[in-house]
Amino acid sequence: MTEAITLSVNGMDYTVDIDMGRNLLSVLRTEIGLTGTKEGCDDSECGACMVLLDGQPVNSCSYLAMQAQGRSVTTIEGIISADGLDALQQSLLEEGGVQCGFCTPGMIMSARALLDHNPSPTKEEIRIGLSGNLCRCTGYTKILAAVVRTASGD
Amino acid sequence: MSFIIAGSINEALAALAAGARPIAGGTDLVVGARQGKAHLPPSLVAIDRLDELDHIESGEHGIRIGAMVTHSRLMTEPTIVSGYSALADAAALVGSPSTRNIGTLGGNIMNASPAMDTGAPLMVLGAVVQLRSTAGSRAVELSDLWTGPGQTSATADELCVAIEIPSCPARSGSAYVRLEYRRAMEIAVVGAAASVTLADDGTIVDGAVALTAVAPTIIEVDNAGTSMTGLLPDAAAPVIASAASDVARPISDLRGSESYRRHTVGVMAARAVDAAARRAAGEEIGVPVNRAIGVGASL
Repeated sequence: MTEAITLSVNGMDYTVDIDMGRNLLSVLRTEIGLTGTKEGCDDSECGACMVLLDGQPVNSCSYLAMQAQGRSVTTIEGIISADGLDALQQSLLEEGGVQCGFCTPGMIMSARALLDHNPSPTKEEIRIGLSGNLCRCTGYTKILAAVVRTASGD
Repeated sequence: MSFIIAGSINEALAALAAGARPIAGGTDLVVGARQGKAHLPPSLVAIDRLDELDHIESGEHGIRIGAMVTHSRLMTEPTIVSGYSALADAAALVGSPSTRNIGTLGGNIMNASPAMDTGAPLMVLGAVVQLRSTAGSRAVELSDLWTGPGQTSATADELCVAIEIPSCPARSGSAYVRLEYRRAMEIAVVGAAASVTLADDGTIVDGAVALTAVAPTIIEVDNAGTSMTGLLPDAAAPVIASAASDVARPISDLRGSESYRRHTVGVMAARAVDAAARRAAGEEIGVPVNRAIGVGASL
């Protein structure tokens, strides 16, 4: 049995008719068509599915879409400003912090939430902030550098 | 299938009485369902928006923590960091920032994993769980709550609404230490919590020790307080290490063998006693202890 619910994603309301067991990730990707958020492990381990829920990072693979009703969901598609890329996206490009790119949307969402709450994090705080996001390409050094660069406003 | 978002505790209790199961952050329930461990219950009631369950009230007699308080809040709440430090140590080790943002103390307790991080700290701090149903309320000691892996003595219509911890004596401190292989999304290989109260001469006058992931439930080291009484912390630590290894009944699995767990739980217990005693003596040790004293995975 399905139910029609309304989700607020990137400031827009979407009404979707879904089974109550659907996770937020699959609804974002297949019902709403926002495919920037990735499915990695489907087990809350890798962070590729990270979205912001009322401004806090949450693994959307392990969060029921039904529970997101009345909350504000932000995906990678929602952080681009009218001026272009988010500063984190620009820094990742400039530092070479993107290789295959699969982890990048989730990495950016975690980093965005960190910087929104703590604009000048230490390297240790950045490591903790990104500790729920796995990257199998970069070795993390350049991702860390990109967050440091964004925080320092270079 | 049905899913309702409870607007009040009474609405949640009525749903439970009618057969629904509660969901808070879903970090255990949804992950478990997606791994195929168990199907999602056919009827769910979301309790994560009940503001009444999201309070921390602290007073002369202790602290009452609402069941929906998240790990992120526990690890940063000044009253808990300074007064109930072992609980803050544990909350800071749970999962990753995203897990801690939506995972709740009530969920961690009622999921009843023998590897749960908040369990041993709550036990050494003397916490009591408040359960409520449409029939009434009752308080349950933790040793009576957990009956096996994933099992509690709560009935299906009972909701964990709060955790109450008595106030700690002067010159007391607590700490939680766990063995881990990595720094995030980790489950305790073994862990130990200790609370210690010191006399003016620095000897121990009381204390408690509880262990993580070495039995079907979190277990307490019997008579830890009396066996430490009169000893300086340096002398108490090896006594507790030995007692912890003796009482442990671990399994062998992917994360550690029975003998490895039995040995290392003693090491963790000794370190927990040491850190708790240092805190009791007034030393500032940051949360979590694991990072502050270099236990577990390093960078």
